[in-house]
Amino acid sequence: MKALNGRFGLPHPMLSITLFLIWQALSNGISGGSVVLGLALAWLLPLFTRNFWPNNPAIRRPFRFLTYIVRVVWDITVASVNVAMLVLNPTRKPRPAFVVFPLELEHPLAISTLAGTISLTPGTVSADISDDNTLLLIHVLDMDDEADLVETIKRHYERPLREIFK
Amino acid sequence: MHLALEILIVVLLITGGLFALAGAIGLLSLPDFYTRLHAPTKATTLGVGGIVFSSMIFFSFGNKSLEVEEILIMVFLFLTAPISANMLAKAAMHLKVDRMEGTKGHPWDQ
Repeated sequence: MKALNGRFGLPHPMLSITLFLIWQALSNGISGGSVVLGLALAWLLPLFTRNFWPNNPAIRRPFRFLTYIVRVVWDITVASVNVAMLVLNPTRKPRPAFVVFPLELEHPLAISTLAGTISLTPGTVSADISDDNTLLLIHVLDMDDEADLVETIKRHYERPLREIFK
Repeated sequence: MHLALEILIVVLLITGGLFALAGAIGLLSLPDFYTRLHAPTKATTLGVGGIVFSSMIFFSFGNKSLEVEEILIMVFLFLTAPISANMLAKAAMHLKVDRMEGTKGHPWDQ
């Protein structure tokens, strides 16, 4: 690990991999030049910005993240249809609510991933987080049952995220 | 291009367009600020998702090479949309914007 954290090492391997992949996607097609430039950027950018990343994002199981993304995309599709029906049906009135969600996650990156997921799923927007990072305020467009909603978010998103992040 | 592919692209374009339209209608017709906040985040996720995905298929098969720039559009949208929604919600709570009648629960004091 010492080589990774040294003065000219790779302080954030995951960030480096992400930067390299993003550069390949940005440059038109993978070529020798784009690989060389991508490697240089993946090495130098984390070095120059290391002071902005005080603690390592501790991802324990990166591959679990793929199943998480699949689940989120599926949920987005289902929920989008529900919200579209609600919006397009003039006789149905939305039943909005503010819900306080008790967080079990502790890692800041895990919490922001959860908050982002909640905002991306149609029908829920995460509005605020308490100062001690234990409560999340969610605005729901059309709520049946509060306990049911909290349980769904816990089961679908929070538990998988607890397994992904340390 | 194969007919089945063309049909797939058309279906994706139309669904994407319909969801974007539903988002726009929601922005117009929903009763208060907080509920309207839901409409544009919806339009970006599935509406833009469908359009971007169809564009990816079209150019990948049209140019005979895998095009992945569109994935970046999705990634950056997914990263930024929740943050702007969050900022708008916080600003609305700070200004104590009116809620529609029958809203359960309370926004927090900022």
